[in-house]
Amino acid sequence: MRLLRISKQGRKALLFLAPTIALLLFFFIWPVLLSFYYSFTDMTLSGSKSTNYNFIGFNHFVRMFSDPLFRTSFANTLIFLIFSAIIGQLILGFFIALLMRNKNRHFRSFVGMTILVGWIMPEIVCSFCWVAFFSKSGTLNTALTSLGILSKPISWLVSFPMVSVIIANIWHGTAFSMLQFQAALDDIPADVEASAAIDGANRWQKITRIIIPMIKGTIMTDAILITLKTLGVFGLIYAMTGGGPGTKTTTLSIYMYRQAFGSYQMGYGTAIAMVMLILGIVLSACYVKFSKIKL
Amino acid sequence: MKEKKSVVILQYIILAIIALLFLIPLLWLAFASVDLNASPLLSLPKNPTIENYVSVITNPDNLRGFLNSFIIAIITSAVVVVFSFLAAYPLSRYDLKGKRYFLYIIIFMTSLPINAILVPVFKLFISFGLHDKLVSIAFFMAATNMPYGIWMMKNFMDSVPVSLEEAARVDGANSLVAMRHIIMPLMIPGILTVSIYVFTGAWGNFFVPFILLQTASNFPSSVRIYQFFDNSGLIEYGRLAAYSVVYMIPSVILYSFSQRFMSKGFALSGADKG
Repeated sequence: MRLLRISKQGRKALLFLAPTIALLLFFFIWPVLLSFYYSFTDMTLSGSKSTNYNFIGFNHFVRMFSDPLFRTSFANTLIFLIFSAIIGQLILGFFIALLMRNKNRHFRSFVGMTILVGWIMPEIVCSFCWVAFFSKSGTLNTALTSLGILSKPISWLVSFPMVSVIIANIWHGTAFSMLQFQAALDDIPADVEASAAIDGANRWQKITRIIIPMIKGTIMTDAILITLKTLGVFGLIYAMTGGGPGTKTTTLSIYMYRQAFGSYQMGYGTAIAMVMLILGIVLSACYVKFSKIKL
Repeated sequence: MKEKKSVVILQYIILAIIALLFLIPLLWLAFASVDLNASPLLSLPKNPTIENYVSVITNPDNLRGFLNSFIIAIITSAVVVVFSFLAAYPLSRYDLKGKRYFLYIIIFMTSLPINAILVPVFKLFISFGLHDKLVSIAFFMAATNMPYGIWMMKNFMDSVPVSLEEAARVDGANSLVAMRHIIMPLMIPGILTVSIYVFTGAWGNFFVPFILLQTASNFPSSVRIYQFFDNSGLIEYGRLAAYSVVYMIPSVILYSFSQRFMSKGFALSGADKG
């Protein structure tokens, strides 16, 4: 009787889940599996090899090791990740959330809003704002020359392209970390900090010995989530610098695009994407593990 | 704990500076959009005018861009809401074997870098004749948003008491009737949260339409803006700024609207808070 009930429920459940499973299989899981497969082929975007491609084993992955452009884009991706996600968004977001505690409500919501708008706006608009800001006759150059810090304007997007895209991405993404940390800090009971103060802990000790240990779960999940998000950033960089000048801001996602659609090397492009996907899979698995989701 | 007054003032000053730095690009965008002679330099417009806006919204190609963005976003969010609502029901209510694993896979999928699978998706679209169609990219975006949608819907549904449904059952209602008349009305906040999140994501997406669409008349606003400042050597800052403002307004309005429904723990962060 019990068995019968479960199987009936199971059948009903399948009915409810069928549209979702069909959609996920066709548009999500299948492409992931195809990624694995295509990365072992010499497929091209057009021409005969777009349909009659050959299985070439690990060739693409061997080639990557000796491909200086791949190494550059891998290094650029790491730099972009460390500076814009971890150092930028995570630390700045934490710092803002920490400072915002116990502040005037209106002041808090004003500061919060200025940071949130950059996050809510479409990334292409964000690129546009920063292209203008960094341009030769833009706000940054004018401010720095009139303050006497610069003697003549610099083309930031040409001379310091990586710094420029990192700043733009910090601006675009910090709100997410800020919200995470605000929620986490609100959960710290007031008496914990009060008793620390009675014990004579100074500000720094309070942050490093009490606050950070108490919210380390949030720090971990936030770090993983923003790393995953930053790993896939394409439009922001592509619209600002196109991955250049040269290859100075070519990250893995831009190199993937250039190979697959610029050089018509679909197979190699997919292999590059594979590196991103595997990084993503490892990080997502860490996320599921660390986020302590109770099911 | 009481902080020293000087320390508090210093904290206010630091926050004000941060806010100001974050504000500069936004102020520039706002000022440039009402300035006919806008330059990349942040400056107060001498003769504020809405002419940039008028020229943006009277251009049929621009309107087409907004319409395309809207079509993509509305289909994407409708598909996610309907499918994930249905999927959430058994996941929330039934005692199923393997449910835990299914949910773990779903959470795992919420954060995968979607951009990494676009090359095979492009190929897939070509072979099935799906490329260059707004509907097909909407379904693709829906699929990539499904994990998030299911997770959120399940959590919202978990907070709807089962007892209400059981009462309806006694009166002879089946699952679908119970869903329609009892769960759905109580889940309006959840449904709105998911649809707003998915809608704004699809509305602002650049990479997916950039790869999967070819015909200019199909381009959504994101791709149009990109072409606007990529192709024109001489950038018309004012008009592009006005276009950008019009384009971002729905996102901002929907976000502030969604804040009303979001109880704590349902931040847009996705799956990290259970």
